[in-house]
Amino acid sequence: MSELFSSIATYTFLQNAVLAAILASIVCGITGTFVVVKKITFISGGIAHTVLGGVGIAYYFGIPPIIGAFVFAILSAIIIGLVKLKANQHEDTVISALWAMGMAVGVIFMYLTPGYSADLLSYLFGNILMVSSVNLYILAGLNIFIIIIVLIYYRQFVAITYDEEQARLRGLPVDFLYILLLCIIALTIVVLIQIVGIILVIALLSLPAAIAGLYTRTLHAMMFSAIGLGMVFTLSGIAISFTANIPTGATIIIICGLVYLIAINLTRFIHKKI
Amino acid sequence: MKNNAPEPIIIFRDVDFSYNGEPVLENISIEIDRNDFVAILGPNGAGKTTLIKLLLGFLKPSKGTISILGKTPVKARKSIGYVPQYSIFDKDYPINVVDIVKMNTLTSNSLFPSYKNEVTEKAFSLLQKLDIRNLAYRNFHELSGGQKQRALIARALINEPKILLLDEPTASVDVTMEKDIYDTLKMLNRNTTILLITHDVGFVSSYVNKICCLNRYASMHSVAELTGKSLFDIYSEDSKFLRHHCNL
Repeated sequence: MSELFSSIATYTFLQNAVLAAILASIVCGITGTFVVVKKITFISGGIAHTVLGGVGIAYYFGIPPIIGAFVFAILSAIIIGLVKLKANQHEDTVISALWAMGMAVGVIFMYLTPGYSADLLSYLFGNILMVSSVNLYILAGLNIFIIIIVLIYYRQFVAITYDEEQARLRGLPVDFLYILLLCIIALTIVVLIQIVGIILVIALLSLPAAIAGLYTRTLHAMMFSAIGLGMVFTLSGIAISFTANIPTGATIIIICGLVYLIAINLTRFIHKKI
Repeated sequence: MKNNAPEPIIIFRDVDFSYNGEPVLENISIEIDRNDFVAILGPNGAGKTTLIKLLLGFLKPSKGTISILGKTPVKARKSIGYVPQYSIFDKDYPINVVDIVKMNTLTSNSLFPSYKNEVTEKAFSLLQKLDIRNLAYRNFHELSGGQKQRALIARALINEPKILLLDEPTASVDVTMEKDIYDTLKMLNRNTTILLITHDVGFVSSYVNKICCLNRYASMHSVAELTGKSLFDIYSEDSKFLRHHCNL
């Protein structure tokens, strides 16, 4: 363990990894809470996987992949949001189709890109040890943006996630708020993909909030609690994976999953909420 | 029942509604006066939910017009306090009672997380009025059915609605609690028009002044014209009542 701390002090890539994990935990706690209470993990999964299309296209044209991820995340959030709001039926089929098509576009463009796409794997499964200082600034910027939007619309997001019908009766712009929330989820996914990758992102987005939801009584308590849990999971994941020399993203997800499974079983015996 | 001259504030004129070509409501022409206390009775599938959605402007009539306080249902939304069935709420959502009440004051200009002090004070005084002030910080989903119903009534009242519309307010509530809820509504009826939708006929008749029978068609009866005795006979067999007394 002391070796880990001296390494953190020595290597910039480890310092970046720790900072990225902290930034990711903050947005993942905030946004993940809305994902869990509104029960939209499937929609969030759709947004996350569609992002591969943007990454592939960005590679092909030699643009930074995070830009492609950003554009595709926002586009898919808007399209999926409109499908959800306007389609009366088959919405999950439509979302599945977008999900798979996004990934297919990514695979084709990566195939067409000359040379070996080593980064494909790091986008699918994450590589927190490869987070550059530039990406760190982008992550910090996204964090600030997400926090500001959620602060501004906090009460309205609570209203549409708790009782959408009543929100409409109050004359709140429910459709706008819903798509805005999906865009916030999309931005959070762009941040989290840097840590755990597209395939594993849904677990990191939903599990800390789901665990927090088991013992909290208010939404903001759930958020702060999820942020704390996210930090514990990502930082301990970095420590364990660094020491055992195994992939970090997968280690973080296994920690999240194990704690979640233990927590839901514990709540059968303990019903106390804070 | 009322001394002052009746003043119709909800008017259905020849309203039809069909869903995918299937008629749900036909030829509904009813009037509800200011400070009426109306029970809309009907068996399952009678079109009660559709009637609520028409009143709230979520659905538009296929034919005919609905006017509420002289406006269309969508424009009259701000004057209606709607109390849905509490079973529609997600029991895993972490939210306390007072926050649910305050939430109903939101407008599109309500930015940033905190509520004004007046809103919080008003929410507490309503919880006091409904006898659940001590539950203000409890998780909504830990409350009993009757307490949840009161919390939702408080939520509706925070906007000082002229009309209170309740969907099955006594569903899955025990008999004592049912009486409590009707007593509360009776108290609110002094300055609020109340419409409640129910298939559970119990002792609603001793509280309301009008009963609207709904089964695709609607007919309005003042309670005075139906004696208590016959009502109870009728209620023991709901469908018979609707056929015989409402000419369905």
